[in-house]
Amino acid sequence: MAYYNEKIETMPKGELAKLQYQELKKLVTRLYDSSAFYHKKMDETGVKPADITSITDITKLPFMKKTDLRDNYPDGLVCVPHDDLVRYHVSSGTTGKPTVVAYTQNDIDLWSECVARSLVSCGIGKKDVLQVCYGYGLFTGGLGLHYGGEKVGATVIPASTGNSERQIELIQDLKTTVIACTPSYFVHLIDVAKKMGVDFKKDTLLRTAILGAEPWTDAMRRYIYAESGVTAHNIFGTSEISGPMFTDCSELNGMHICGDIAYTEIIDPKTGEQLPPGEKGELTITVLKKEAIPMIRYRIGDITSIIEGDCACGRTSPRIDRLQGRVDDMLIIRGINVFPSAIEHALLKNPYLTSHFMIEVSRTGPLDDMLVKVELKPDAMTDSITGLMEMQMRTERALRDALNVSAKIELCPPNSLPRFEGKAKRVIDHRVI
Amino acid sequence: MTEKYIIKQLSIFSENKAGKLAAIAKIFLDTGVSIQAFNIAEANNFGVVRAIVDKPEVAFNEFAKQNYALQYTDVLAIKMKDVPGGLYEVANLLGGLGINIEYAYAFRSGEYGALIVKVTNPREAALKIVEAGIELLPAKDYNF
Ligand SMILES: [Zn+2]
Repeated sequence: MAYYNEKIETMPKGELAKLQYQELKKLVTRLYDSSAFYHKKMDETGVKPADITSITDITKLPFMKKTDLRDNYPDGLVCVPHDDLVRYHVSSGTTGKPTVVAYTQNDIDLWSECVARSLVSCGIGKKDVLQVCYGYGLFTGGLGLHYGGEKVGATVIPASTGNSERQIELIQDLKTTVIACTPSYFVHLIDVAKKMGVDFKKDTLLRTAILGAEPWTDAMRRYIYAESGVTAHNIFGTSEISGPMFTDCSELNGMHICGDIAYTEIIDPKTGEQLPPGEKGELTITVLKKEAIPMIRYRIGDITSIIEGDCACGRTSPRIDRLQGRVDDMLIIRGINVFPSAIEHALLKNPYLTSHFMIEVSRTGPLDDMLVKVELKPDAMTDSITGLMEMQMRTERALRDALNVSAKIELCPPNSLPRFEGKAKRVIDHRVI
Repeated sequence: MTEKYIIKQLSIFSENKAGKLAAIAKIFLDTGVSIQAFNIAEANNFGVVRAIVDKPEVAFNEFAKQNYALQYTDVLAIKMKDVPGGLYEVANLLGGLGINIEYAYAFRSGEYGALIVKVTNPREAALKIVEAGIELLPAKDYNF
């Protein structure tokens, strides 16, 4: 079992908690003294650095959000002298102003070490040739993987995005063993290779993919392996916490969030309460050692859960599950948080349904009603009304088991529900609140 | 020998919504398929449109092309005397033969009426019915 930094990565959990506490204490003390923004925020919350006496005291600290970065555009949150900055990255906001993130040399080193640890956990090392097909530039994807790859001693190809046929030629000619890109781009490359008569399994040495920057599924992982012989790892990160940072290890069962670098919490997006492992909520990360723009209890806005139990790889840092949608999409039905992604997941388990569905929420009297319309697969048609009603009831049971709240199912004809390009808008909320 | 009595009924999934039936009827019209018998079974929010037509393959292909969920269902057509008690006579005989009817609907054509029946095992049932001396209408009269 290979580690990049064995001592830290396999540190006993008690010791790790102590280390996390020490780092948090240092960070909060520094921020209280040097960041006007965070000083004010802590004063408003009524918390002082002295109130932090263990890592669990982190819950006393106020949250940070993307809007904090946006409101302080471009560099209002930078809390080191500008001479100490060595890089900026900028993410284009989907709405309004972009967000700017800044790095000191230590920030870059820590980020690179984090990526390096993750790559080693995927079985990548000196012998590997890593083709980075994330965008290089303001986006953190390209450079993040690039620096991490160099740190583990791999040979890095800064291929960036685009020109798929050229990418496949590079994979063949430079004997690429690892590719880093978005999952949809890799699926596209599989198609392009086929058209070019290139069989990834026989004609290339490509065996590992580091896929991220957009949501994907275990079904896609299986598809990729069957089609290309490539084992796909999930990578997670956002520019606010540095960039891409954390991957699932060789166990392929959740992404390790290096505990000495970042502290992971899952919170109820409505109440802000910390949730126990296994429960779904909003991913919240504190980057313990960031210098230029530290992020404390940064609410990522993605839904996931902490995976319970120890990982067979020996790493002691907590693991998070795949991201399962955005907090903004969350519905509250009779007081229970419901994620459209969880509905989708439950529906997809039924072989007689398509993946096209709509959610309608309404209120009769004091109670919320949720109606899920889903299309029947054409070949699942039966002449029997009781057969169709049985499908409906079975789906209702599956949803109730998955969501802990009941929903009515309406079977719809194929192709009758809206199709979405880009982000799907599956929820129609008729409630007047 | 009972094969000729097996009628290919179209069973089409439909929403219980105004206009949906018209859309289905329009496809029959556009494909020049003529409907011999027709029935709608409804549940809460959906229905199954059941139709016996002269050119089932033509209709089936067009519905499939337009992404309808549909299937063929084998049914039988029992000739009924167009007199009071005609249905009673048929129903009684089927009961006596131990044939369980899942659903049935009647229609009239020319001087006689017929009862379309969906039974669990249509080939076996057809044999029993014919042997009992009840007249079954052959498929060619419907599915040309
Ligand atoms: Zn692991």
